[in-house]
Amino acid sequence: MTIKNAIRDYGQRYRPRMACLKKAEKVVLEMQDPKSGVKSQPQRLVITTIPHAITGEDIVAWLADKFQIDAQEARSVGSMLVALGYIYPLQDHKRLVIKPDASLYRFQTPYFWPTQQWPVEDTDYAIYLAKRNIRKKGILELHEQEQYNRLHKWMNHKWDFIVMQAKEQYRAAKERKKPDRVVFDCQERAYWVVHRPPVRLYTHTDEHILLTLFCFLQMIFTQQSIMRPRVKSSVSIGALVKFCTTYHTHDPFLCKPLPSNPWLTDDVTYWTLNMLHVEAPTKMRVERWTFSFGELLSDPRGRDDFRLFLKKEFSGENLAFWEGCEDIKFGAAATMGEKAEQIYKTFLARGAPRWINIDGKTMEITVKGLKHPHRYVLDAAQTHIYMLMKKDKYGRYLKSPFYKEMQKKAICPEEHKFTDVQLEQNSRNRRPSLSPIILRQQEQELKAKMAASAPVDITQVMSKLSNGFMWLCQKT
Amino acid sequence: PTIYVCFSLCPLGGTEVQLNETLAHLKTESETLKSKLEEERAKLHDVELHQVAEKVEGLGQFVMKTRRTLKGHGNKVLCMDWCKDKRRIVSSSQDGKVIVWDAFTTNKEHAVTMPCTWVMACAYAPSGCAVACGGLDNKCSVYPLSLDKNENLAAKKKSVAMHTNYLSACSFTNSDMQILTSSGDGTCALWDVESGQLLQSFHGHAADVLCLDLAPSETGNTFVSGGCDKKANVWDMRSGQCIQSFETHESDINSVRYYPSGDAFASGSDDATCRLYDLRADREVAIYSKESIIFGVSSVDFSLSGRLLFGGYNDYTINVWDVLKGTRVSILFGHENRVSTLRVSPDGTAFCTGSWDHTLRVRAICSLI
Repeated sequence: MTIKNAIRDYGQRYRPRMACLKKAEKVVLEMQDPKSGVKSQPQRLVITTIPHAITGEDIVAWLADKFQIDAQEARSVGSMLVALGYIYPLQDHKRLVIKPDASLYRFQTPYFWPTQQWPVEDTDYAIYLAKRNIRKKGILELHEQEQYNRLHKWMNHKWDFIVMQAKEQYRAAKERKKPDRVVFDCQERAYWVVHRPPVRLYTHTDEHILLTLFCFLQMIFTQQSIMRPRVKSSVSIGALVKFCTTYHTHDPFLCKPLPSNPWLTDDVTYWTLNMLHVEAPTKMRVERWTFSFGELLSDPRGRDDFRLFLKKEFSGENLAFWEGCEDIKFGAAATMGEKAEQIYKTFLARGAPRWINIDGKTMEITVKGLKHPHRYVLDAAQTHIYMLMKKDKYGRYLKSPFYKEMQKKAICPEEHKFTDVQLEQNSRNRRPSLSPIILRQQEQELKAKMAASAPVDITQVMSKLSNGFMWLCQKT
Repeated sequence: PTIYVCFSLCPLGGTEVQLNETLAHLKTESETLKSKLEEERAKLHDVELHQVAEKVEGLGQFVMKTRRTLKGHGNKVLCMDWCKDKRRIVSSSQDGKVIVWDAFTTNKEHAVTMPCTWVMACAYAPSGCAVACGGLDNKCSVYPLSLDKNENLAAKKKSVAMHTNYLSACSFTNSDMQILTSSGDGTCALWDVESGQLLQSFHGHAADVLCLDLAPSETGNTFVSGGCDKKANVWDMRSGQCIQSFETHESDINSVRYYPSGDAFASGSDDATCRLYDLRADREVAIYSKESIIFGVSSVDFSLSGRLLFGGYNDYTINVWDVLKGTRVSILFGHENRVSTLRVSPDGTAFCTGSWDHTLRVRAICSLI
């Protein structure tokens, strides 16, 4: 029994449809307004005259005007109202769409509106209880009274309908012969005992305690939220807008990717040029590395370049340590302990081969935590090193001849200008690409080789690998 | 300490009336605190998003085309996810089938038949070598993919997550080794794939959790979830605590997605609106809605720069919103039934929608006039 069960809102099942149906009903009522609604008139259909018929084109025109939308969208909205059952076609009744011509439609009577057709049980049960209440007030048992109150609450706006139905049924029942009536009453009562049994899973007191507990937890959370530090809207919204403008030219939906969008031209050069490990990345890609340190790190090509830069500065251990921490956080739980041990030996222990420079306090916390390692045991140290790289090394990297070299090497492809014939050809020549499964196998083989042999320039090797794949792709 | 205080206030042997009174009193206090929170939030609210966006240039007219239609599912498509290689896709449907496609060539590469129907969640592993899926079986299973066409993928399947109600969404974290799930049982959970061990659970929603999204990796270890209790909660993956909560929607939240910078997120709900929440300002900053849109939003995603928000709706359409200015820039037709899932590709060159009409469509922009 969870807190959630104790306070489950029975209206939950119906709220999603209700949110939409309420809006639809509002529109349909407006459409039926004699002055400002869709104009209706009696229409001849075969030999009969149908009253209050409306045409498809009038419906579409009214919706387009009301919502200030174009004809296509108005048709779509109108068809939705037909699909829901608020409007029905007089001709071609199997196709539930609005035809924007003189096709005839009528408004459905509210009795049959979709909001009435909830699981029959609950509406019927409400009618049943209301009917018994009419017959003799105070006859409902405790659990029935509770159910009645609950139903009255979330079926509130249909209560007139329910009472009307209850009165109808009560009146109709009075007209039956007495023996029939008694039998029917017994059957009905038995039915509801089966479908709405009086037994509850927990007592009232339990429910109260749970609700109280939940209320308390809510209050504590709200109190904490009040004390949360927050930022002025102008500052944070300003940052959101700035992000958009910074990345504007990199967004393929706003600016054409060069040489062309593979989905449009069926030419995959854009993807080949931007593969994970290429010798010469594109200018756009290199520019992105300047947007934030996170961007540089998350692009494997950028990270490789940064790694080489750090090596030249004799501070490569920082990035290696950071990568080791990520591996612990997101790696398999089983190997976490030994990985933590390895990291301690390599980076943190006294006299470690790749000792990292963190302050005494952080080192103390980390070493202590390593006695009982968990996924986030190196968090403090990792944050420290990350900030060090971000605030110091990253800036230096961007100003270094290393990066300037990269900018010079970066390529800026010409925009493709395919003719229609060429596009046709491209679409016929779509080729599959190498499966990620193969790519991973190759990467693992390469890593094994590198671990065994002398250290090599990783970018050279990786680009050879990806060139090899490109060749393979073209051949398949 | 909380629990003791609670019991001392609650007269255990008290009458129905007394218990009701205590509860009513508490509820009033709770409401007062909530108003106080809104007051505090409002104090720092000195500008609206559309005001700041006035300086930004408007967008032109969009012409978007369906460039691929993937046919092959025998029933409603419920969920899809992109592979990091920017062209492969995994999709799941009501008939229990999970299909891996190369969307570029429209070839089907792998297919799995789940032992249950209504596979409501599926995800591609970061390595591209496995997929995760689940639904009415209350589980999330990981299937390693194989190049051997004759191999039955179900043989190597790993049962990872176990919930007590349906699985609504799943996502790998930064590696193939961890999965985050959300469920109809009201909780989210983080699992170790190899062992199936529960690493962390997240409690706080008062009803079914329908969706989740992980924060972009640079911004730390958090994720956001949305549920039938109309709340969107932001969670700390380390502690399992809910660090922020937003309750402005009027109905169930079907989809949440982080803004690419990680400082905001969008939500789509059955109340027919999409909303943008700024995490640093701790408030809702935009509502994307129109009077003519009365059907709920099933799925949302941002374009690469965060300027565009794509929403898949239950009235079969896709609406494209200018995130900064708050206006709708385009409405797209084409699906013949509800759009159930929508994701932008990893490099932002296209977006894919899955629908109850059994198909998936990949769309890209042809021109911007």
